Amino acid sequence: MSQGRAPILELKDITKAFGGVEALRGVDFALHAGEIHGLVGENGAGKSTLMKIIAGVHPEFSGRFMLDGKETRFRSTRDAHAAGIGMVHQELSVAPDLTVAENVFLGNQPTNRLGLVQWRRMAREAGEQLSRFGIDVDPMTRLGDLPIGLQQLIEIARVLFSGARIIILDEPTSALSPPEVERLFATLRRLREEGTSIVFISHFIEDILRVSDVVTVFRNGRKVTETRSAETSKGALIEAMIGRGGEALEHSYSDDLMLPPAGGGRTVLKADQLSLGRSLQDVSFEARSGEVLGVYGFMGCGQLELSRILFGKLKPDGGTLAVDGAAKTFRSTAAARRAGVALVPESRRAMLFHQEPVYKNISISILERISALLLKPVTERAIAKRQVEQLQIRPPVVGLDLGMLSGGNQQKVALAKWLTYPPRLLVLCEPTRGMDVGAKNDVINIVRDLRAKGLAIIVLSTEPETVLSLADRILVLKRGAVVREFAGEAVSKDRLLEAA
Amino acid sequence: MTSSDSAASPADHKRPRGLAPFLRSQMRNIAPFLTLILLSGFFAIASPSFATLDNVGNILTQVSVTGIIAVGLTFVILCAEIDLSIASIANVTGIAVAYFTVQESYVNIANVPMPGWAAILLALALCALLGLVNALGLTVIGIPSFIMTLAMMQIAAGVSAMLVRGQIAYKVPPLITTLGSGSIGGIPWIVIVAAVMLLGGHLVLTYTRFGRYVYMVGGNREAAEFAGLNVKLILGAVMVISAVCSGIGGMLGVAHFGSAQQNEFDTYLLDSIAAVVVGGTSLFGGRGGIGNTIVGLFVLGVLNNGLDHVNIDSFLKILIRGLILLAALIINVYAQRLREKAVD
Repeated sequence: MSQGRAPILELKDITKAFGGVEALRGVDFALHAGEIHGLVGENGAGKSTLMKIIAGVHPEFSGRFMLDGKETRFRSTRDAHAAGIGMVHQELSVAPDLTVAENVFLGNQPTNRLGLVQWRRMAREAGEQLSRFGIDVDPMTRLGDLPIGLQQLIEIARVLFSGARIIILDEPTSALSPPEVERLFATLRRLREEGTSIVFISHFIEDILRVSDVVTVFRNGRKVTETRSAETSKGALIEAMIGRGGEALEHSYSDDLMLPPAGGGRTVLKADQLSLGRSLQDVSFEARSGEVLGVYGFMGCGQLELSRILFGKLKPDGGTLAVDGAAKTFRSTAAARRAGVALVPESRRAMLFHQEPVYKNISISILERISALLLKPVTERAIAKRQVEQLQIRPPVVGLDLGMLSGGNQQKVALAKWLTYPPRLLVLCEPTRGMDVGAKNDVINIVRDLRAKGLAIIVLSTEPETVLSLADRILVLKRGAVVREFAGEAVSKDRLLEAA
Repeated sequence: MTSSDSAASPADHKRPRGLAPFLRSQMRNIAPFLTLILLSGFFAIASPSFATLDNVGNILTQVSVTGIIAVGLTFVILCAEIDLSIASIANVTGIAVAYFTVQESYVNIANVPMPGWAAILLALALCALLGLVNALGLTVIGIPSFIMTLAMMQIAAGVSAMLVRGQIAYKVPPLITTLGSGSIGGIPWIVIVAAVMLLGGHLVLTYTRFGRYVYMVGGNREAAEFAGLNVKLILGAVMVISAVCSGIGGMLGVAHFGSAQQNEFDTYLLDSIAAVVVGGTSLFGGRGGIGNTIVGLFVLGVLNNGLDHVNIDSFLKILIRGLILLAALIINVYAQRLREKAVD
C-alpha cells in the first residue's frame, strides 16, 4: 500500500513457469521498510514461488525486480543473502547434529584472526539472542535433541537475528504452540519498530490479520487483491482466496453442500484419545462401514501422523485403537494389514515399486492370500488384469514397469492393490493430489463404489475440494486436535477454511 | 466411470523398444558376462594350460566355498543390506564342528567330542544363533547392518579364538569330510553342494513368496512397508540365511583345507562380496540374483586361477584384483542409473 514512501523492494509483472505450467502470471508486489506484509492463498496459488524469487532460489523469471529503487537480479541465494534478504522455508532446514549455537550462527560463525571458531563467544551470543526471543536452552545442546517446535523457533531466530532487513517467513507457525506463536509475534513487532520489513505467509488467517499491516491475496498464480489488514476480515479474505463466482468448479464448492444425515453401518474403527508428541492431541473418532470420513486440515496439522498410526507405521504415545470392537496395538504395518486396514500414502514414491511390473505392484499386498509358499504368477497376472480393466488403467499391460505409467494411473494401481480382497478400513492420503479432472473423477467413482460395498473409508487431505467431493462426514484437524466435526449439515469450502 | 486422462496421454504408450534401450536396461547382466568371456579368452590365449578340462575342474572347486557363502550374501545385498561377518561366521562354524569332534591325541585343544550328527547340528545352531544376533541388532535395535556385522565379525573371531586358543584341529565328522574333500564319479562333492545351494537359492528367490518379498523390500523399502509387508521379519530372515550359508561354507571349507584354525577364511569376505557385486547384483537392492552371483563367481575364479597360469608378479596380482573389483563397482553403479533412466 502506498505509504507515501518509495518501497524498498518492488517487483513488477513477474511471470514464472515450471515446465510449461505458469506458477505466477504478471504479479506486482511491493514491500516497504518497517512493514509486516501478510500473504494468503491456497496451495499452489504462487505465494511460495514469489518468495523464492525474492530470496534468490529461482533466478529465472520474467519481469522487473527493484531493490532500493535499483533494478537487480539475484543469481543465487547468496546474492539475496548479501543484499540483506533472509528466508525461513516451509520445510525445516536445520542441522540436527550441530549444536543450537552452531545452528544460530550457521554460515557466519564468529572467528578470531586465525580463522578459528570462537566457541565461547558464539555460545554466549546465541544464548543472548535466543533469550531475547524467549527461548531458554543451553546453546551447546545438540539441536536434534529438542522438540520440533523449538527447532523451528531456533531456525526462525537464526534468520530474525541475522541482521537481514527483509525477512520472509513461509508458514512459520504450523508447528508452534500458541504461546510460541505469541513470542514470535512480539519479536516480529519489535523488528518492525527497528525498520525491518517482514513477509509472512500463513494458512492461519487469524494470525495474518493479527500481525500484519498489509495483506495480499493470491489465487492461481495471480495477485487478487491487496488491502490494509485493519480494513478486511477473515471472511473477505477467504472469499478472495477461493474466488466467489469465479470458475465454475470452484463456484460449486463455495456453495453449501448438504452432508447426508448420520448414517453408515457398524463402527469399524474406533480411535480414542490418540496422541503423538506435538503432532496429535487426544484425537478421537469413529469410522463406520459404508461411510467416507473426511479429515481436513492444513499442512502440518497432524493428518500424516494420524494415517501412519492407523496403519501401524507410527506408535501413538497415548490412546487406543479398536477394529470391529477389538482393541488393537499394531506392532507393524503387516499387523495392521492383517487386521483389515489398508493405506494409500500421499507420495507415489512411497506407495509403489517403480522398477517392477504393474502386476507385482498389484499383487504385493495379497500374496499371502494367493500363495502359501510358491508364487502363482498366472493367478497374479489374472488378478492384476481384472483390476486393470475395472479401474481402466492405461495402458492395460500388466507386465509393463510401473514407472512408465502416468501419475494418475500409478495412483489407480496403488488403489488396485487393496481391492481384490477389500480391507475393512481403507485410509487414503491425498487421493487426488496433482491429478487432472478426468483422473480425479475416476478416483472419486472408485471410492464411491467401495463405499457402496460397505468399506469404511477415511480420506485425509489438505485440499478442501478433495474432502468435499468424497466425504459423508468431515473432521477438521488443527494443530493436532479435532476442532470441528461436520455431520448431517451444510458445509462449504468457506466453512472448512473458517474452521481450520 | 468416465474415461480417464490416461487414455489420451500418449506418454503412456511410449514403451522404449528397440535394441539400445533394452541393452541399456540389461547392462547389469550383460557387462559381467562379457567380462567373463573376455577374461577367459585372454587367459586361454595367454596360457596353454588354462583352457583344459582339468583346469575347469580346478576353477569349480576353487570357487565352491565362496559360492556357498555368496548364496546367503546375495539375499542380504538384494535387500540393500550388507553382511561383513560372513567370513568370521564361516570360520567359527568350521572350528566349532571340529571342536565337537574327537581329535588326535597330539591336538592340544580342550574340546568336547560328540557324535558326528550332534557336532554338525551344534555347529549349524551356532551360526544360526550368530545370524539371529545380527538380525536382532539390525531390526529390533536398529543398528545399520554395516556396523552390526562389523561387530559380529569381531565377536565370531573372538569365539573362534576362545575355542582353538591358537591351536589347529584336523578332524571333522565323516559326513563333512566327505562333502568337503571327497568326490563322486570324479566330481568333487563340494562342487555339487555349492551347485545345489546356488540352485536352491535361485529357486527360493525366483519362485517363492519370500523371494518376491526380498526383491520388493530391496527395491523400495518404504513402499514394502506401506504395502503391509513385515519388513523387519524379512530383513531378519536374510541375515540368518546369510549366517547359515556362511556356516555351511565354513564347515565344508575346513574339511576341504584339512584343518580348522584361526583366520583361515579371511580372504572369503572380500571374495564373496566381490562375487555378488561383480555379478551385477545391485548394491542398492532389488536387482540381480543368484544367476548374477554365479557369473560373478566365475569372473573371480577365472581371474584368480588365470593369473596363476600366466607369468605375473604375485604382488601385482593383488593390485589387479583390486582394479577389477573397482571396475565392477563402477559398472554396478552406472547400470543402476541407466536402468532408472530407461524406466523413467
